[in-house]
Amino acid sequence: MQYQFLGIGYLTWITFLPIVGMIVVLLIPRGNTNSMKWIALAVTVLQLVVAGLIWMNFKPGLTGINDPNGFQFIEKTKWIDLQGVAWFGRVSIDYFLGIDGLSLPMIVLTALISFVGVIASWNINKSQKGYFALYLLLDTGMMGVFVALDMFLFYVFWEIMLLPMYFLIGIWGGPRREYAAIKFFLYTLLGSVLILLVMLALYFSVSIKDPATGQMMHTFDMLAMMNPQNYDPNSLLGGIGTYWRYVAFIALFIGFAIKVPIFPFHTWLPDAHVEAPTAISVILAGVLLKMGTYGLLRISFPIFPDAMLKFAYPLAILGFINIVYGALCAMAQTDFKKMIAYSSISHMGVVLLGISALNSQGMAGGVFQMFNHGVVTAMLFLIVGVIYDRAHTRDMNAFGGLANQMPVYFGIMTVAFFAAIGLPGLNEFVSEFLSYLGAFAAYRWVAIFSSIGIVLTAGYMLWALQRVFLGQLPDKWKGLPDINGRELVALVPLMVVVILLGVLPSIMLHPMNATLNHLVSFVHSVGTGMSAAR
Amino acid sequence: MSLHVGLYHFLVVSAILFSLGIYAVISRKNAIMVLMGIELILNAANINFIAFARFGIMNLSGQVVAVFVIILAAAEAAVLLAIVLNIYQQLNTVNVDEVDKLKN
Amino acid sequence: MASMESLLIHLSLAVLFLPLAGFLLLIFFGKRIPRQDLIETGLLFVALAISVFIMVQKVFFMSVPRIDLTFRWLDLGAVFGYPGLTIDLGIAIDNITAIMLVVVTLISSLVHLFSLGYMEGDVRYTRYYAYLGFFSFSMLGIVLSNNLLMMYGFWELVGISSYLLIGHWYEKKSASDAGKKAFIVNRIGDVGFFIGIMIVFTQLHTFLLTKVFGGIAAGHLSGPLLTAAGILIFCGAVGKSAQFPLHVWLPDAMEGPTPVSALIHAATMVAAGVYLVARVYPMLTAGALTVIAYIGAITAFLAATIAITQNDIKKVLAYSTVSQLGYMVMALGVGAFSAGFFHLVTHAAFKAGLFLGSGSVIFAMHHEQDMRKMGGLRKKMPITYWSFVIFSLSISGIPLTSGFLSKDSILAGSLAYGILTGNYLIPIIGYAVVFLTAAYMFRLIIMTFHGEPRDHHAYEHAKESPKVMTIPLMVLAALSIFVFYSFNPLNPDDGWFLKAVTQPASVVPAAQSYGFNQPVNLSVADSAQGGTSLAGASFVEQPAVPTPEYHEVMEEVHYPGLVVSLTLALLGIFMAFFVYEWKKLDAEKLKQRVLPVYNFLYNKWYFDELYGATAVAGTVILSKSLAWFDSHVIDGVVNGAASLTRLSSRLSGQFDHYVVDGLVNFSAWFTGLLGRGARKVQTGKVQTYIVFALLGVIVIFYVFRQF
Repeated sequence: MQYQFLGIGYLTWITFLPIVGMIVVLLIPRGNTNSMKWIALAVTVLQLVVAGLIWMNFKPGLTGINDPNGFQFIEKTKWIDLQGVAWFGRVSIDYFLGIDGLSLPMIVLTALISFVGVIASWNINKSQKGYFALYLLLDTGMMGVFVALDMFLFYVFWEIMLLPMYFLIGIWGGPRREYAAIKFFLYTLLGSVLILLVMLALYFSVSIKDPATGQMMHTFDMLAMMNPQNYDPNSLLGGIGTYWRYVAFIALFIGFAIKVPIFPFHTWLPDAHVEAPTAISVILAGVLLKMGTYGLLRISFPIFPDAMLKFAYPLAILGFINIVYGALCAMAQTDFKKMIAYSSISHMGVVLLGISALNSQGMAGGVFQMFNHGVVTAMLFLIVGVIYDRAHTRDMNAFGGLANQMPVYFGIMTVAFFAAIGLPGLNEFVSEFLSYLGAFAAYRWVAIFSSIGIVLTAGYMLWALQRVFLGQLPDKWKGLPDINGRELVALVPLMVVVILLGVLPSIMLHPMNATLNHLVSFVHSVGTGMSAAR
Repeated sequence: MSLHVGLYHFLVVSAILFSLGIYAVISRKNAIMVLMGIELILNAANINFIAFARFGIMNLSGQVVAVFVIILAAAEAAVLLAIVLNIYQQLNTVNVDEVDKLKN
Repeated sequence: MASMESLLIHLSLAVLFLPLAGFLLLIFFGKRIPRQDLIETGLLFVALAISVFIMVQKVFFMSVPRIDLTFRWLDLGAVFGYPGLTIDLGIAIDNITAIMLVVVTLISSLVHLFSLGYMEGDVRYTRYYAYLGFFSFSMLGIVLSNNLLMMYGFWELVGISSYLLIGHWYEKKSASDAGKKAFIVNRIGDVGFFIGIMIVFTQLHTFLLTKVFGGIAAGHLSGPLLTAAGILIFCGAVGKSAQFPLHVWLPDAMEGPTPVSALIHAATMVAAGVYLVARVYPMLTAGALTVIAYIGAITAFLAATIAITQNDIKKVLAYSTVSQLGYMVMALGVGAFSAGFFHLVTHAAFKAGLFLGSGSVIFAMHHEQDMRKMGGLRKKMPITYWSFVIFSLSISGIPLTSGFLSKDSILAGSLAYGILTGNYLIPIIGYAVVFLTAAYMFRLIIMTFHGEPRDHHAYEHAKESPKVMTIPLMVLAALSIFVFYSFNPLNPDDGWFLKAVTQPASVVPAAQSYGFNQPVNLSVADSAQGGTSLAGASFVEQPAVPTPEYHEVMEEVHYPGLVVSLTLALLGIFMAFFVYEWKKLDAEKLKQRVLPVYNFLYNKWYFDELYGATAVAGTVILSKSLAWFDSHVIDGVVNGAASLTRLSSRLSGQFDHYVVDGLVNFSAWFTGLLGRGARKVQTGKVQTYIVFALLGVIVIFYVFRQF
């Protein structure tokens, strides 16, 4: 294999580096918190370097999705192979990693956000050992979700990421942390159960020929699940557009919708964000939400193209509801963090709107928006973290006039806010524009009504900006110091990305294009071809 | 009437002796009396062994066992009497009901 | 591309990026550079010089109608359903662009110069200059864009720089409120613009204007959708050019520093709306144009009536701006394209001058803006006064001024339109506004400069502003004279300006365009399509050829219209003198007599109150109730499910405790009971045991007795 280091593939490196880091952190004696931080930082920097290597060696133009030859950096070995387990028959699970244009931006995003998150975790002052160990475990789980191509493996990573998150919120969080952590955990677990059920149903419906023995066997290989020929005609999910396929699609959708989160499964998000420590909010908004939409694109869309075509319109309407509902709820908040949490809901609606359009512009916009929202929301949460560290309150009405007190901070914040508003020249503009453009071509009125969100977003963002930064400075904040070097190190890389991708979006869109176009045409051709064939 | 003394008569005597021994063991509170009851039981057994040796199929082995029993009974009596003497010196009684130091 | 064309287009890139370079310089190294303000101002003057060069070259020496520079911004590759989806962006220079470049850089550099005096010692002086630079960059971006996407992008950037500059003194709540309001109201218009763009792109798969027009000419976008696209794109102009019903932000925007008002809210940014309509002019259908004409006319009238009652000097000028923008929009709507654009240019000069003049007055009066506290400043500030008079004459449309030329063309155009279509309402409003304009402008002059000083303390300290502030005034006053546009003071038609700015031919289907402005070149455009491709690359805009009928009417109405407008303007000026200078009629008494009307106008037709009570309050209430809904109903369901689960778990816990565990405990208890009974037998006495053993033996014997 070509892309290896020490005989181990790049994707394995990028996924399991944090685990190595975690072990090292666990071996460090309790008191030595500084070396724990530096090790976590070193691991994430290394991860970022590997992500950079992957980026540079990535060949744009290859398709992926259902085409094994379109994937890059593939690693495939047998993981679990049990001959005959009770009624299960043979169980064969592959360690199957690979990326295409859909995973690439997510990998880069995860590496970037993980790095920023470690810097934001620098002043964690309670059982650092556990914190950084869990943090790195979380990192592995996130990365694994984006590189796994075997559904069982995907599910394992999906669950791995859940547990550290629970503890990170539940132990290092704010006053209501237990409530928020349990809510997050149970809610997500509910979704996981649905995913698990669909996964098993798919497993028993799909049979492929074992290349080694020539016998037919069930498989968890996602790529095999995308081929309609591999379904047993009499199995639960066999056939086209059957009742159970729709049920399975909806169950899977709910599983992912909880993660996105899509209205009405979103209420865990504000609580989790408000209680989580800054770095965890950054991770949560920056990466975890993307897993939901990533799951939709990687699993729901290509495996159930027939159901997807059928439910595309309701999906777009959910996108519209997310946009407008999230924006209106954000407008009513006085808690800075809660406002941004709701704005996340609104912005993830744009992703949904774009991908549900099932055309090139919309798909490119939606996936690009996933990346951009990750970066911008990470910035916003870091910004709230900065102010919370200093003032120990997040009530926007308690502030005012900080622009004069903290000018550098104000400058960076302006960029982040304007990006969230969708100002041209900053990255979110491009992705929102493309998403709306795609949605307009597919569902004209949904797009038109969704564009109310553009006005509302400007409304609540500028209102928040005014309440916190403009006006007179209250006396009690006279002593607040401006942003420090550590915080700048976290924010500036994100800001650079925001501006760079705003001006030259093709840097990111170019590697994605072939895959996304392939996904669009795959869903259309297989979805309609399947129904036409019968 | 001829008085023929057979196995039956020996066994009856033995049984009476055994019952008297049992009675003594059960009803007497005095440790010495209990000890004497045990001796009666052992002797009842001895009569049986001798009787079976004479009339039954045990032959010499019955007499040998009887001799063993007598020896054991002597040893046992010696040990028991020593214990009872010690108990009397310690507790001023030989009543078995009152010797309950191990209880509680 | 010929070398001169290549030079010009690259020079225009330099013009575009010079202000941006200044912005970046000031933002990152602001405090460390000595005299940052001069750097930024100098950059703007360099840009001005280049722009003048470009304009002269383009307008006077070049036969090519436009120079394009296009690059591929995004390539979405081979797509399901299309052969390929690409987004091209770029810049272009034609005569309109070249003239706008000069207008923007000229006003911008003069304002930079003026600010050296006006903003001296301001707390955020560096940032002020940085934002001015950023604004100039964005505005030039709009001007240079040859496609709708970039235009929309710079459109938003202009909005954000306007937001930042209005809120420059953000310690004042009213200032930050005004900035926010400006941005959000603009955003509402922009959403319309955005949807319009989406219609165009969805139908034609391009943002490039030439290709858009080519596609429309080839019939790929027509019917009601085309009209809708036109009106929606115009929505953007409604927002930015403060047209009814989105005009409410502009007067509030006067919270910003006065030079900013001159640059952004009088001369350039607000004119961007008009510029946008001019750019997409060929694709506007008769239906869209009629809407545009009415919106313009309503705005012009509405704003003029409000202006006449205001007492804040900047508010009067703000409403005057709104009114004049209404004129321009109306002109475009009635098909008087060149006149509308002409008015944009002349208005930029004299309105910027008026604002800078008012800035000079405000500066002298130590930031007093209420005209009722001014008066008699004529003697103290002669330069400001005389330039102000020239600007007012120009805006009122008195001959020998630039305003006369442009306004007269507009009125003639609207009159011709009225005659040809029967829509007489529009010219009537046009003429009424002439009267109102003259009246409120001279009311302003008289209240500010004539008569006795009303605030003696302020008057004592008032003095003429420094050179950096008076020079821009004098330059702008000079530019308000007719000679710069046409050598004939009464008719601009033979001047270089109207020769350079020709109306582009419409590309909409003949059935959808004005009868007097038929798209004569449709067949040419169609053949350029090459049949299958959606948007023709070789499409070239053609000048419109009005029908002979239109020419005839224009000839007929020109001089009568001129006389009427001049009479009305003079009447307006006379009225102002009659009431305020000679005080033949007591303004206060007049006000009392028409108090309800006065209050209605003074309170700006209650638009702010109306919007506040409906749109703003509605949104706030909706957001509050949705937030309540979210935290109580939706989250309530979630928490309810959780408590239900907990309740059932508690119930099953009780069951477990009492029933399941109860059985276990009972069996244990029963065993204990048995044990307690059996314990009685365990006496610890060997004798008892023996009795039992005997009994047992007896029983066994009894049982097995038969064996």
